Amino acid sequence: MKILVPVKRVVDYNVKVRVKSDGTGVDIANVKMSMNPFDEIAVEEAVRLKEAGVATEVVAVSCGVGACQETLRTAMAIGADRGILVETDAELQPLAVAKLLKALCDKEQPQVVICGKQAIDDDANQTGQMLSALMGWPQATFASKVAVSAGKATVTREIDGGLETLEIALPAVVTTDLRLNEPRYATLPNIMKAKKKPLETVKPADLGVDVAPRLTTLKVVEPPKRSAGVMVADVTQLVDKLKNEAKVL
Amino acid sequence: MTVLVIAEHDNASLKGATLNTVTAAAKLGGDIAVLVVGTGAGAAAEAASRVAGVSKVLVADSAVFADQSAENVAAQILAVVGASAGSISHVLAPATTFGKNVLPRVAALLDVAQISEIVAVESADTFVRPIYAGNALATVKSADPVKVVTVRTTAFEAAGEGGSAAVEQLSAVADSGLSKLLGRELTKSARPELGAAKIIVSGGRGMGSGENYHAVLEPLADKLGAALGASRAAVDAGYVPNDYQVGQTGKIVAPQLYLAVGISGAIQHLAGMKDSKVIVAINKDPEAPIFQVADYGLVADLFEAVPQLAAAV
Ligand SMILES: Cc1cc2nc3c(=O)[nH]c(=O)nc-3n(C[C@H](O)[C@H](O)[C@H](O)COP(=O)(O)OP(=O)(O)OC[C@H]3O[C@@H](n4cnc5c(N)ncnc54)[C@H](O)[C@@H]3O)c2cc1C
Repeated sequence: MKILVPVKRVVDYNVKVRVKSDGTGVDIANVKMSMNPFDEIAVEEAVRLKEAGVATEVVAVSCGVGACQETLRTAMAIGADRGILVETDAELQPLAVAKLLKALCDKEQPQVVICGKQAIDDDANQTGQMLSALMGWPQATFASKVAVSAGKATVTREIDGGLETLEIALPAVVTTDLRLNEPRYATLPNIMKAKKKPLETVKPADLGVDVAPRLTTLKVVEPPKRSAGVMVADVTQLVDKLKNEAKVL
Repeated sequence: MTVLVIAEHDNASLKGATLNTVTAAAKLGGDIAVLVVGTGAGAAAEAASRVAGVSKVLVADSAVFADQSAENVAAQILAVVGASAGSISHVLAPATTFGKNVLPRVAALLDVAQISEIVAVESADTFVRPIYAGNALATVKSADPVKVVTVRTTAFEAAGEGGSAAVEQLSAVADSGLSKLLGRELTKSARPELGAAKIIVSGGRGMGSGENYHAVLEPLADKLGAALGASRAAVDAGYVPNDYQVGQTGKIVAPQLYLAVGISGAIQHLAGMKDSKVIVAINKDPEAPIFQVADYGLVADLFEAVPQLAAAV
């Protein structure tokens, strides 16, 4: 059984981005880039399924600029067997990525696609669901537990009220939540090995996908700043402030 | 032009998030139709018909929707949009785990973009949404014929009562047969919902254990009638269930008062609570970043300060 794992190159989660002064976007020049943390969890889950003998091959896919090769190498250092880069300098929105992934799924015929539930740059939380709909497959989003066996997956999902468990027929799309697993650190030997794993590059046009954006960003601004607060000396002063100044008690 | 609002409900009643979504819909202009997709959802449909500003309630009631599976609910929404012959200009749902699960399917099958988690409506095709954990706000314009939008509920007031919309029954789509609900483990609590609470007491890794979390924070939350929240670290460590998590990837809250106890203030946590009216931080580390967003900061050992606070309010 083959598992496909899409991975996105994003600004590292430790970086606090700054909005460009001309309001066209955020400044990502010279900023540390990493694999989207949710996608790292997705790669880890797929690799564990392979180690458990459930999956036979893990294919990582990234869509974007040439530098996404690094992201694919990271996925292969965690344990993915090969990588596919859909290379383009164009702005890619979730619908376009879902269509690219659909084209690859048609070709690669995976039984499971494991996506991160959201990317921490655009915070869209769409691609997995869109892919699932375009394929006509079931979905299990926000997964905190995944078990795969003969033609089906049992997935526990984190929902607003708690947890729910679904049984879905394969092929299917699963999207990961934070508590699905803790990704391993790639070891140096595995990073070296990853450099030799196959990495294929295709273009959106090769897949017959129109990636033209549907949304135009008119401007990007900083959110309103909270005005600096005060430090209180003790609980008595805190209660006084909350009652008489903020009037929230 | 009709704005279709997808109701989040439990068949017996509407979830509060639906009311915030109706308010966002009202900013678009046009009629508002609420779609209730459920099983024995008469009471929820009835409630929807009484929401101010709603002109029509559409109900698809069938056993097919008992699990509220994304596949079946999305298929029903698509049937409604298809049958409207182009009169539905927008499909809105709350940006809850329900809306986030279902709506991207609808967008993909309509071949349109989804605009996620809007915090403001600029015009019928232009919206403001947070990106990068709320560190930037993007204004985006959609060129698609139907706008599929999820709504950050804390950014819009709840719509009031006073409507008397007609309720129309629809025929339900067939079961996709792709997905089956095996069970739900819902957190039971007599406290207010995180999303709707006026006061939230939230605990982080500084609580040290689940026992401490409950022993220290519950008396305070009881006194204040507050909901309980948590940082990711507290959830990951198993102090409290996942649905307590506040943040970029947990719940977004904006209460009147947010008390952050033993929480350092990582950007991912701030993303979920920085729109609270008043923020109080209790932390023993004077350098903790949470103090940069707190209106009132108290550098103290939480195990001393919180019981004192509970006694004083
Ligand atoms: C992709 C991604 C998504 C994330 N999403 C979220 C999210 O949605 N929500 C979220 O919260 N986090 C999220 N995080 C995690 C986030 O980065 C932080 O790791 C987390 O918020 C830290 O939780 P904390 O503040 O409880 O723990 P810590 O950072 O460990 O802070 C504990 C604090 O407690 C204080 N403390 C300890 N003992 C005491 C005491 N006795 N009295 C007073 N103070 C004390 C310490 O001084 C410290 O400041 C995410 C991370 C990633 C990578």
